[in-house]
Amino acid sequence: MNRIRKAGKEEIVGSGNQESRNWDSSILFFLVFWLPDFLLIFSCVPIFLIHSASAAPAVIGSKKFTESYVLGEIAKHVLSDAGIPVEHRQGMGGTIILWQALRGGQIDAYPEYTGTITQEILKRGDASSLEQIRESLATFGVGMTEPLGFNNTYALVMRRSEAQRLGVRTISDLRKHPGLKIGLTHEFLDRQDGWQPLRERYALPQQNVIGIDHALGYSALANRSIDVKDAYSTDAKIEQNDLVVLQDDLQFFSKYEAVFLFRQSTRPDAIAALRRLEGTLDERRMIRLNAEAERTKNYTNAADLYFNVGAPRPSGHSGPSHFGESFPHKLARWTLRHLQLAGFSLLLSVIFGIPLGIVASRGGPIGQAILGFASIVQTIPSLALLALLVPLPFFGISVRTAIAALFLYGLLPIVRNTASGLQDIPRSLRESAIALGLSPRTRLWEIYLPMASRSILSGIKTSAVINVGAATLAALIGAGGLGEPILSGLNLNDHVTILQGAIPAALLALLVQWFFDLLDRVLIPQGLRL
Amino acid sequence: MSALVKLIDVSKRYGHAAALHPTNLSIERGKTTVLIGPSGCGKSTLLRLIIRLIEPDSGRIDFAGEPISPDNIDSLRRRIGYVIQEGGLFPHLTARANVLLMARHVGKSQEEMQTRLREMCELTRFSGNLLPRYPVELSGGQRQRVSLMRALMLSPELLLLDEPLGALDPLVRASLQNDLKEIFARLGHAVLFVTHDLAEAIYFGDEIVLMNEGRIVQKGTVSDLRERPADAFVSEFINAQRGIATV
Repeated sequence: MNRIRKAGKEEIVGSGNQESRNWDSSILFFLVFWLPDFLLIFSCVPIFLIHSASAAPAVIGSKKFTESYVLGEIAKHVLSDAGIPVEHRQGMGGTIILWQALRGGQIDAYPEYTGTITQEILKRGDASSLEQIRESLATFGVGMTEPLGFNNTYALVMRRSEAQRLGVRTISDLRKHPGLKIGLTHEFLDRQDGWQPLRERYALPQQNVIGIDHALGYSALANRSIDVKDAYSTDAKIEQNDLVVLQDDLQFFSKYEAVFLFRQSTRPDAIAALRRLEGTLDERRMIRLNAEAERTKNYTNAADLYFNVGAPRPSGHSGPSHFGESFPHKLARWTLRHLQLAGFSLLLSVIFGIPLGIVASRGGPIGQAILGFASIVQTIPSLALLALLVPLPFFGISVRTAIAALFLYGLLPIVRNTASGLQDIPRSLRESAIALGLSPRTRLWEIYLPMASRSILSGIKTSAVINVGAATLAALIGAGGLGEPILSGLNLNDHVTILQGAIPAALLALLVQWFFDLLDRVLIPQGLRL
Repeated sequence: MSALVKLIDVSKRYGHAAALHPTNLSIERGKTTVLIGPSGCGKSTLLRLIIRLIEPDSGRIDFAGEPISPDNIDSLRRRIGYVIQEGGLFPHLTARANVLLMARHVGKSQEEMQTRLREMCELTRFSGNLLPRYPVELSGGQRQRVSLMRALMLSPELLLLDEPLGALDPLVRASLQNDLKEIFARLGHAVLFVTHDLAEAIYFGDEIVLMNEGRIVQKGTVSDLRERPADAFVSEFINAQRGIATV
């Protein structure tokens, strides 16, 4: 027996060559696994620099429809004429997102309507005077200009031919035609001064009511998918599509006078510049600017019409303005940003997802809690997840929010696949690893994780494809990416612009799929692929 | 010869079912002890308690005079070789990497490992040409030889084998039985061998330990069991396999 023990002792003394080789292989695994993501982080750095470095320009926000874009451009123009550095974040979303962004300081001013302020922001049913509104807003540190001069109230519109055929002139006349199909924007459906009270006031019988995007609704109206939709009374589409505005015979809609809301802490010269716009825009003029914007797809030019400048202005002496950009350049900018959003969020999902998956694979209440949490996040619609994050401190209307939402979205497939990949390792092999005397760390890194690598990688692949798709939604909160052309195309009902974003996004998803298929061959140990 | 492993009143329950009643057993150096009995008799449980894949509910297990505890188990495991039915080879590692896994882990030098690997190939009659293959590219018998090399790599004092030949076809099984017996004889290790096959038990066992329902029913040589059965179960078990047990 002594012979064996002695031999055992001698063999324990070793030079450690193999240990270092061992390390090399795990470093290689690590590098190949993470390197693409690290590159993405570094390419992300410029975004954050842009956001923090420039000398804090005034930021104008706008909602996701033509008139708001145009008003935003006009404000940008008037501010930069006053020598104030200014940036316009276009089409950030709906009322609540803009209001939260204003209160959170991500924007300094945005165009709003008095009716929306009383109904949606201050949540008051009664008709308030401008002074009352101004006092209430002041408690939030928000100021309001005098009306710009036009009333853009809600209205219901129909095809002119159909309205004449049925003899519908007023909203009350709709009672006689219960079969009409009504398509309404989601915001109008939910507004306190929107569809529900309107239907009650007029006792409308229509059952066939669907929610539809504003710009898509005009196409639906034209091809007779719907017969009635909501519109804004200064909407250029009313003229273009030969529609009629139904008379609000019971005076249901409140006044929607256009104003600018601004943070009271905004620099005084910027506020003064905005005030120069008061009382200068009547309905006729606004309709013309809207029509021009929709015709040319160029908001800067439309805004210039306001200043009676005929020719296009050289773009962007203040803040990033992208209208003069060539298409390849724009495409590159969108795609790069898209990859940054998807890549950085994927990196975070991997960094947090794999360790969480390892913990979850051990089961017990903690494991259940982790999988439960990740599943719940996944069931929240991505749009709702964005909307939930926006009001939180630190997030707001920013790239951060988009990345955080995408990160949460990408978590479940990675956590679940890591956990199930580890749990699927046969017990006999786990026990063999233990019985050999390998340390827990070595067991995890050299045995369990490589054996689960196929499952983990397929989870990462799923997350990557989800993130590339969901990153289009980031444009809703002004985070850019390929969602930008999709969104403005939807808004303008311009299919070419939609495809400019949709096709590259689809190609990108395919490319990501292909890239990960390739990665499988590098990262999944050969013995598992035979 | 002194006892290398001593089980003192060791027991294990799963819920209400006793997998092993309080049991005492010594495993001698230089001897092959065979645990035999029907499925679920506790023979695998006993083996897994020694390598500490499961914790005993009561009692103590000594290894070379030292009680096995969570503190010393990792170093003790390196002094024990363990081979299971399907080999337990890691599918993502080549045969060579499987065999060298532990040696690398404890920091053996390249030359040392190569020398030992050649010895092991020769001992287990495994062709060195097959070393770069992955487990799926090997036959069942070849896999068991690799598994045996892995278990023997660090020159363990105790070799635990849990039905190592159970999944092999009869011809491969017979040739591996011969080789195994020769290896045990050459190395002179303490061996604990679990099987449900009496012929195999008789072929290998210096001492046969017959178990039933979580207890050791009888210990001894095959003639002890045949001629002086401790109870009716022993005769029944021996007779059931007599057809093939006329060695």
